[in-house]
Parts: sequence; structure tokens; C-alpha cells
Amino acid sequence: MKLTLRIWRQAGPAEPGRMVAYEVPDANPDMSFLELLDVLNERLTLEGDDPVTFDHDCREGICGACGVVINGQAHGPRERTTTCQLHMREFSDGDVIDVEPWRSVAFGVVKDLMVDRSGLDRIIRAGGYISVNTGSAPEAHATPVPKPIADTAFDNATCIGCGACVAACPNGAAMLFASAKVTHLNSLPQGAPERTERVLNIVEAMDAEGFGGCTNTGECTVACPKGIPMDSIATLNREYLRASLGRK
Amino acid sequence: MAVTGLLMLLFLIVHMLGNLKIFYGRDDFDHYAGWLRTIGEPVLHGAWYLWIQRFVLLLAVVLHATSAYQLSRRDLKARPTKYAHHQRAQAGYATHVMRYGGITLALFIIYHILDFTTLTLNRHGVEGAAYDNVVSSFSVWWVTAIYIVAMICLGLHIQHGFWSAAQTLGLNRPSRDRAVRGLATGLAVLLTVGFLIVPVAVLAGLVD
Repeated sequence: MKLTLRIWRQAGPAEPGRMVAYEVPDANPDMSFLELLDVLNERLTLEGDDPVTFDHDCREGICGACGVVINGQAHGPRERTTTCQLHMREFSDGDVIDVEPWRSVAFGVVKDLMVDRSGLDRIIRAGGYISVNTGSAPEAHATPVPKPIADTAFDNATCIGCGACVAACPNGAAMLFASAKVTHLNSLPQGAPERTERVLNIVEAMDAEGFGGCTNTGECTVACPKGIPMDSIATLNREYLRASLGRK
Repeated sequence: MAVTGLLMLLFLIVHMLGNLKIFYGRDDFDHYAGWLRTIGEPVLHGAWYLWIQRFVLLLAVVLHATSAYQLSRRDLKARPTKYAHHQRAQAGYATHVMRYGGITLALFIIYHILDFTTLTLNRHGVEGAAYDNVVSSFSVWWVTAIYIVAMICLGLHIQHGFWSAAQTLGLNRPSRDRAVRGLATGLAVLLTVGFLIVPVAVLAGLVD
């Protein structure tokens, strides 16, 4: 496959960036998108050019480190797929592919396609935890959890924090991410002690990071590689109202 | 926005049903229009209820618009850089036109009040003669055209707005999502069609 990549190149956070075109004449349909970038980087390095910086780690679609906007879509055209699990067979020979970093004022570009997502970590720090005695973890079966609640919690726990929801949102909002954390922990008995403070603190942290507000466009759910639904956002709002009204 | 939006929606349903009284004839409609001014008597004096309702609605519009302005400002600030490759929107047309539709509706409300409340722009413009005032306005094709455009904007605004309000208030659940979306579309169609029957009937000569 012969492909043309137009990649956002930016030397540093304060530097101006621009789209630069690269030819990749030897792409293989079985390559993942990150492997395609590896091949390009190997050539750039040999030619003495600066390789394209991008985030990646497990390359199994479970860590949430990778993620770029491919042709205007976070993680590319394939549904429920991270960039590392996207293969070049999704594209055709001769395609021109635009590759850009996540865009949100809360995600500053570090270099090229790498952005600073520590804002999401600070949201987790604000409320993405439960208080347990880790010295002697209790027997898991001691706390019964009804199956539908366990399912809801698990579905939301699959969020890998990649930030695709923020990238896809026309408002640069982190509502889907925050709502996955709130829904996951607030629906479980283990999360009950911090139920009220969790949602208030998470929303406060989200606002402090400069993320936009939710207008319920649903773009985030389309981009999410884990299929977190809009219902989680309704749950966050419900929990927030409950906490604000001071109900225990 | 959810609370004020639902309040205005409630008013619109009653407003739309009241408008349909025009099909019962001049006397019925004018009598109804007159009664609107005296609701609440004798507990409330004269047009007090009318003024209370006007005040509440004005407050709802102002709060709704203020929230929309604050939210839009925050959202535009959060995404200053657009993607070089245009994003293919997955959301529907109704979601896409919320801002412009809202501004259009605000301008329309001003026009509508000048037309039928203050009668400044009304061709007939006789206080108390609601039936003839309505007929005189909608007999002009471009006035009816303005109303058609505005009511389509209203329908689109309600289709996204109603569902979005259910989300904001945390009332949406997976088991209810289809029902809430259905109700949103149903209300949108009902209000658009219900409001447009009158101007179209006047223009077609069915009401004169």
C-alpha cells in the first residue's frame, strides 16, 4: 500500500505547528496504525529528520496511552477501536490520511501528536478512588452486588482514560470520562462512603482544568473505544443533583 | 437551561392548543382571548395573572439565554483549535443548529410580540379583535413564511432540547431512552404542526 500521511508537527508546547505531508510507499495492510508511524519514524531517523512523537504503551487496546485524531475522528474510522488496534486494511491504497493530536484547551500539545493529559489524572485524584484498608483486603464475596449493578459498574470501569471523548467533543468537555468514573464507583457499595463528595469533587476538578461544558451532542460516545454510553452522563447529572441538594 | 426550557415548553403546549380555538369562529376565539386577560379573577385583580405569567416567561427566556451564552462561551474557549481535517458530525441536524435556532427564536419572539401583543406591526391592530388581527397578519404570505421558518426552528430546538433536558436532570435511563427520544420528536412535531395549522389555514383562505 502506498499512503500519504499529513501529520501535525509541532516542536514544543509554545512553538507554532503545521501539517506536514509524508509519503509511506511500503505500508502493509496488516500493520497497525502505530506500526505505520514506526515505519515512517525509522525512515525519518535514518534520513536524519526528527521522528514524529506520539504516545503509546501496551498496543493491546487496554492502556489508554495511544490516541490520535485520524481524518477528523478520534482513534480513526473503526468503531470501539483504539489507534493501536486500528489496522491499515481499514484504508485503501493511495489514501491521504490526516493525523492530528487531541484538541482541547485542557490538553496542551507537548510535541507533535503527544498531548498532556494529566488533567484526567487530576480528575481521578479528586474522586476516582474508594477508601479501603489495603493491608488486609476483605474477601470479595463478603459484599454482595446485584448482577445488573455489577454490570453497569464494570461497563463504566472499562474506561481507559485515553481522552478520545474530549478530542471528539466539539466543546472539549470531559463529561464522558468523568461520568464513567462516577457511574463506576457510585453504583457499587464499595464506593458508597464517598458517593456525595466524589461527584462534587470530580465536577469541580473537571471545571478547574478548563474542560468545556456538555451539550449532549453524543460525539464522545461515538469516539469512545470502550463504548461508554450517554446514560453515564445522565447518571453523573443525577448524582450531582442529589449531592448538591444535600441528600444523603 | 433544562428547567427553564421545560417551563417554556409547558407554556407552548397550552398556547398551541389555545390557538386552535380560531377554528371555532370569531366569537369563540375573541372570547377566549379576552378570558386570558381575566384568569384568576376575582382572587387576582384584572390582568394580574397575565402579568405574572408574562414576568415568569420573561425570566425563563432571560435565564435560558444567559445559560446558553455562558455555556457557549465556555465551550468555545475550551476548543480554540479546530481540526485541519473536518470532523464528521455524528449528531443530528437538530443538535447542530441549537445555537442558531435559539437566536432565531429569540428574534422571532420579539417580532411575535410586536405583531400580536403590542400590535405595533399588525395591519389590523385593533385591541380585543384577536381573530381579525390574526387573519390580517397571516393573509400576507411573507408573514406566514416567517412563522413557518420560526416554527421549524422551534421543532428542531425541542427535539434536541427535550432529550437534553432529560439528560441534564438525570432523568434518562437506558430503559427510558427510546421513550424520551420518541417523546422529544413527538412534541417537536406536535408543536410545529399545531402552531403552523393556523397561519397556513389563514393563507389558504380556510379562516377569514
